[in-house]
Amino acid sequence: MSAAAQEFKTQARLLSADLRHRQLIQTALSKYEVVRDQNKEAFQNWEAARQAAAEIKWEAINHLDQHLADFVRNLEARGTKVHWASTGAQARDIILGIVHEKNARSIVKSKAMTSEEIHLNEALEHARFEVVESDLGEFIVQLRKEAPYHIVFPAMHLTRGDISDLFARELHSAPTQNPEDLTMIARHVLRQKYLAADIGLTGANFAIAETGMISITENEGNARLTAALPKVMVTLLGIEKVLPSLEDLALFLPMLSTMGTGQPLTCYNSLYGGPRQPGEPDGPEEYHVVLLDNRRTELLADAEQRDALHCIRCGACLNVCPIFRNVGGHTYGTTYSGPIGSVITPHLRGLQDWRHLSYASSLCGACTETCPVKINLHHHLLHNRRNACIQRPSRVEKVAFKLFAFIVDRPALYNLAKRAGRLLQRFYPVLKGTRLDPAYAWTKTRDLPPIAQQTFKEYWRTRRSDRQVTKCI
Amino acid sequence: MSIASVGMKVTLFIPCFVDLMYPKVGISMVQILEKLGHTVECPEEIACCGQPAYNSGYWDEARAVGGRVLERLKESEVVVIASGSCGAMLKVFYPELFNGTAQAETARAVSKRCYEFSDFLVTKLGVTHLGARFSAKVTFHDGCHGLRELHTYDQPRRLLQHVRGLELVEMNENVCCGFGGTFAAKFPMISTAMGEVKCASAQETGADYIVSNDSSCLMHIQGLLDRQGAKMKTIHLAEILASS
Repeated sequence: MSAAAQEFKTQARLLSADLRHRQLIQTALSKYEVVRDQNKEAFQNWEAARQAAAEIKWEAINHLDQHLADFVRNLEARGTKVHWASTGAQARDIILGIVHEKNARSIVKSKAMTSEEIHLNEALEHARFEVVESDLGEFIVQLRKEAPYHIVFPAMHLTRGDISDLFARELHSAPTQNPEDLTMIARHVLRQKYLAADIGLTGANFAIAETGMISITENEGNARLTAALPKVMVTLLGIEKVLPSLEDLALFLPMLSTMGTGQPLTCYNSLYGGPRQPGEPDGPEEYHVVLLDNRRTELLADAEQRDALHCIRCGACLNVCPIFRNVGGHTYGTTYSGPIGSVITPHLRGLQDWRHLSYASSLCGACTETCPVKINLHHHLLHNRRNACIQRPSRVEKVAFKLFAFIVDRPALYNLAKRAGRLLQRFYPVLKGTRLDPAYAWTKTRDLPPIAQQTFKEYWRTRRSDRQVTKCI
Repeated sequence: MSIASVGMKVTLFIPCFVDLMYPKVGISMVQILEKLGHTVECPEEIACCGQPAYNSGYWDEARAVGGRVLERLKESEVVVIASGSCGAMLKVFYPELFNGTAQAETARAVSKRCYEFSDFLVTKLGVTHLGARFSAKVTFHDGCHGLRELHTYDQPRRLLQHVRGLELVEMNENVCCGFGGTFAAKFPMISTAMGEVKCASAQETGADYIVSNDSSCLMHIQGLLDRQGAKMKTIHLAEILASS
């Protein structure tokens, strides 16, 4: 078992028994579900919208080379510097290079999961630059020195009381349970940071190939300030964020907010097409766009699971996932958690180290049912399991399944096993629930029904012979 | 009942856990199908669909089991499966599992003739009223495979609505019970937490019974309820439909 798998099991054991955590997440998500459903109804035909979105992303991903080339050409035409990064390390170096070149001291960031993926903050801080997260949730988890708990709600696991305590400790503010007061405390700190920042770094929700524009969707206006105030703007995004045309946003923006936060549209939706143009009164003097591969092209090469690149990072699959709801976001130990994280992490970070995530699922399919771009999430978990076993099977399991296949195909053996089981279960109460119990994983928390005195097949055989006797008489 | 569907030869697929631990579920199905005028056959040689191996990633071993199941079902007129989960295996996963093999065509052909039990009664036979009586307040648990792979949602509910004395109340949401086959043993702590959420949700309805069309989910749920010392019981849909 990999270190990541062991850590997952340990954390999952703790969190799934943590009733306070369970209640907190259930409460938060039950509110989300109500507003999400209300907004889904605002679509004329939600299923048709999903189909359209899946087809648009299919086109974007299956002609990614073409759309990326258009996107870059259009961006460069307005003076944007575009950088291509094959790996996370390259992307970090590119961004560090820009920071050094500009003699920057401080960087303000709006929410960017891609920057979490490449561990950008650590790299910048290691090089002694100040990095400030400006999204309120991200700001909170940064103060706690934690990774985001959820790709859309980074501080979902915290209560107002937790945040008040954190602010009191880190920002020396007076304790308050009032959300508006807590927000004002953060704003007071952040406003100064925007003004002092030399570089503003953002992520992207979509990249429009047709016009060469970055689309950013948010609720706090922090991305606007991040983009508008510092002299240099940098956007880091994965290559899969491309949409072919501007018109596609008419579908994708309401879809993202409906599924992401349960809003008809988020409060701010901005498009960025380059640095300040001649005659324009504001905007950054310099604009850099860093396009990140980081093994996305390997996923692209996998025809079976390519649709995982359709993901718009709305987080809807996390919200409905009973595994996520019980173990929480941090347990995964990945940038992208929940079903989409379990599907793509083995591709992004290694199948053997992360195969356990594909097994940590009851395959209920709630994720696939909810996904707005129709990614076949739970079936991809099965594909990952199969690929992991082809690459490196567990000898014990392989032998067990071979034996199983041998027995179930032979009625005589199957009946023998059944009779042996029935005999052995007489002695079972002695072992039941103890560490010697072969079914301990089950019986620690659950009772197990006994093998019936007359199984169905035994009933069927008796009935058939009775009938034959009747016929003979 | 349509004339075309009278007197069919129904091959009943009894999964291993129904055979071993819930024989009454299978017996109830036989009674119902025969009462409706169909001939039931139940091949002795079929014991498992191979799903444990398939879900664990061992597709070769799953094909070893499934391939022989397909051979034995090749000539069947219609196959009724006594579990939504095994039903999904035959109907949805076999075509993918055997894709590109010599049995691809058989897998697709058999898939078209497979029905989960409640789906067979309501969709194929058009039967919703079986003259059953069961005086209790019940809530229905949808096994995820039946619900999301086979789209069986209305069928069991329509059958329950016609049971005399029965009151059906819904839980607040359709969430997985946490069984998930080998998942329940690989990640027992998560499986248990999910089951606790499910049990609490069922108990909130004030029902006497949790009914399902999947005994595997019920095995997990009943196992938890027993350990909790809860009064609530689980029962398979077929047992209710066969009661009078």
